[in-house]
Amino acid sequence: MVGSRAKSGVEAVAISAAALLATLVLFGAFVALRGINPFDVYRVLYLGAFGSWFAIQHTLTQAAPLMLTALCTAVPARAGLLVIGGEGALVVGGVATVLVGVTLMGVPAPVAIALMCMTGTLAGGLWIGAAGALRHYRGVHETISTLLLNYIAIAVMNHLVTGPIRDFSQVLKPASWSVGERFMIGDLPGTSIHWGLAFGVVTCLLVYVLMRRTTFGFAVDILGGNVRAAQMVGLPIGPLVLSTCVIGGAAAGLAGTIEVIAVHGFASASLAVGYGYAGILVAFLARHNPMAIILIATLLGGISASGGLLQRRFDLPDAATLVLRGILFLAVLASSTLYGRLKIFQSRAV
Amino acid sequence: MTKHFGPLVALDNVSIRFEPGSLHAILGENGAGKSTLVKCMMGYYRPDAGDIFVSGEKHAINNPRHAHQLGLGMVYQHFTLVPSMTVAENLILGEAQLPPIIPWEAERERIEEFQRTMPFKLDLDRPVASLAAGEKQKLEILKQLFLGRRVLILDEPTTVLTPAEADQILGLMRGMAGNQQLTVILITHKLREVLDFAGDVTVLRAGRRVGGGAAKDLASEELVRMMIGAGKIARAATRVETPTNAAYLDLRDLTVENDNGLMAVRGVSLQVRAGEIVGVAGVSGNGQRELVEALAGQRQPASGEMFVRGAVYSPRRGEMRQRKVFLLPEEPLRNACVGVMSVAENLAFRNFDEPRNTRYRWLISRRAIRGQALDLIDRYGIKAQGAEARLETLSGGNVQRTVLARELCEEVSVLVAQNPCSGLDFAAVAEIRSQLMDARNRGAAVLLISEDLDELLELADRIVVMFEGKFVYETPRDQADVQTIGRYMASPT
Ligand SMILES: Nc1ncnc2c1ncn2[C@@H]1O[C@H](COP(=O)(O)OP(=O)(O)OP(=O)(O)O)[C@@H](O)[C@H]1O
Ligand SMILES: [Mg+2]
Repeated sequence: MVGSRAKSGVEAVAISAAALLATLVLFGAFVALRGINPFDVYRVLYLGAFGSWFAIQHTLTQAAPLMLTALCTAVPARAGLLVIGGEGALVVGGVATVLVGVTLMGVPAPVAIALMCMTGTLAGGLWIGAAGALRHYRGVHETISTLLLNYIAIAVMNHLVTGPIRDFSQVLKPASWSVGERFMIGDLPGTSIHWGLAFGVVTCLLVYVLMRRTTFGFAVDILGGNVRAAQMVGLPIGPLVLSTCVIGGAAAGLAGTIEVIAVHGFASASLAVGYGYAGILVAFLARHNPMAIILIATLLGGISASGGLLQRRFDLPDAATLVLRGILFLAVLASSTLYGRLKIFQSRAV
Repeated sequence: MTKHFGPLVALDNVSIRFEPGSLHAILGENGAGKSTLVKCMMGYYRPDAGDIFVSGEKHAINNPRHAHQLGLGMVYQHFTLVPSMTVAENLILGEAQLPPIIPWEAERERIEEFQRTMPFKLDLDRPVASLAAGEKQKLEILKQLFLGRRVLILDEPTTVLTPAEADQILGLMRGMAGNQQLTVILITHKLREVLDFAGDVTVLRAGRRVGGGAAKDLASEELVRMMIGAGKIARAATRVETPTNAAYLDLRDLTVENDNGLMAVRGVSLQVRAGEIVGVAGVSGNGQRELVEALAGQRQPASGEMFVRGAVYSPRRGEMRQRKVFLLPEEPLRNACVGVMSVAENLAFRNFDEPRNTRYRWLISRRAIRGQALDLIDRYGIKAQGAEARLETLSGGNVQRTVLARELCEEVSVLVAQNPCSGLDFAAVAEIRSQLMDARNRGAAVLLISEDLDELLELADRIVVMFEGKFVYETPRDQADVQTIGRYMASPT
């Protein structure tokens, strides 16, 4: 039949677009309450995100970690799990990177960078993998456990950076030792976008191939579609659940590494600024499709990037972009109930 | 009425008149359009063309609520009751306008009043979970009547019932229709039910009305011809003598718990030899489901062992494949398939990771999977809009065929089948039974768990009766006696 897949693709795009539109209308109403013309706000939102080369670079920098944290929700979601632990995995990945990075004094930079990336990936993978194991072997609901693991990760980091690994030369706020300028990965040539963007895009592409083209991805789809069918054809449920969690966690852990070696140079509370939570939003908007994640992350990166401009130009409170994000999240969740309900996407529309 | 699904014409200019107070049967093969027709009547689908008249007035029925207001009600093949609530609560649940605080006293009186006018009664305080299938079906019907429906549509209501229960319910329905209380529309595959109970018949084939009339004027051969047209019914495969082989499937002292932690299967032992069909008879709910789930790897046995071809068996992919164990569980959409994946993908569940369906070992070859699907669709006569159609868009019978194709297309050593023919039209039933017999003749050990005694008597070499989790009676085929088996099914003591 001519593209039942293509049709559901169109349906997904249309519904996501509708959610975005509803968000803009609601946010417009919100700013209108403060006596601001919503259309001015939309214009500034656009300019701040994509209006200039400078804005675009800023947007893409913001998008990089979102691509990775979104995978933390999207990959397990294909196996039918709802993981919201991207924030914790990112923090753990970042802290682990610092812990290993500071011991690599005499090591050549490329080797050290590779080691640090592996560390972050491994730490994040184990972190969410633990939630997967709890789910499979002990029946602990993964949404609850990953939420709690977020708090634990942040608490552990705060403990470390205010005590054991605190760098007392940093006086403004508690921060860990630095991994050193030599190990920073810098920007893509000719831009002010750091290399993290390349990591994000490549990882999304790799995960796309993994989930859509390999036998592993196929097995995960069966499991996510119907556990009983997966059991009946003898698929290894535990290992599949665990691997999706490990892969998701690894991506978020890598985001933590990148925050350290491309942005801050050290671990501090500025690792936990909400990339993990925004990633959940990206994953849902992208319907857990890794290719779509690249796009949606860029869009959401734009919203974050233009937040500062928005606040300054209209004298909006800090929380305004959070309000925008919150509205978007609600709109996305609400719109997901529309799948399969819209008459025009039913069989008559062919 | 006309209804298209893309290029497929599911209903093609069908006109039917249901006389008030009649029991009107709709017959047709799998995929003939029966469910589509009644779903249009109930407002689940919008017909592309055509009108619905209720009591002479034209209505455009847009949604089920609208249909309910017009007095149309439907009983589905699968139950829609809330198992943890009582009979009374379930009756009230469906009411369109429930006050925020339920006046239980008054409602109860109303229900009791209502039950007095009904030909059958149920204990109002029993939780639905404790009812047998037949009682649940009665409750479904009772609920529709309580809600004031004047036209009742039953979509294959007897698939989940024993023949005795089915006769009882259909008898009741006919009685109520005869009293002009009710108009009943009965969708079924079972000719016997039509000839015994229906007043009028309509036969659909490939979306068209191909015949019908008063049931008493129609002979069963004539109905069969209308249903299948020029199509042929598979010959019953003949049973060939197989030597007394070694046991391929050997259950030793198997104990399985149900969801509530109660013993559902209590230490059963059974051997199925290669080239033998062992039938398990029993009223549903006596542990059959848990037994199949244990064999399928969907439930961990509490104790005991399973042996396949002489070695301990645990249902994992490698062992399933190496020892060629296959399954046809009941309710395929729930147990064996993913509705949102395509027919081709569902057909590949067993072998997507084998070399012929992969490239570079790990990459799926979409082309190979598609090729395999087209071949199976053709060989097993699956009616689908191509290999890429989502499985959930297939008619019930064709979903069943899809699983059958997947599980039987390779060499089979052990086959576990549970109610493999429920919901299938008789051409398909004949075909599947002959496939099972073929598998046996080729040397497979077949464990056939069925609620249909006729099926067991036709196919099985040996029949055991399962009652409250135990095998309470065993008889070889040539000494099988329906009365005795029936007695053990009801109560062995
Ligand atoms: N939502 C849908 N989308 C596309 N095709 C559909 C859909 N629903 C039904 N069909 C197709 O319409 C045809 C008629 O299906 P229908 O469910 O009415 O058959 P049926 O007579 O009830 O068969 P069965 O006895 O197997 O239940 C089938 O070929 C089926 O594949
Ligand atoms: Mg049907």
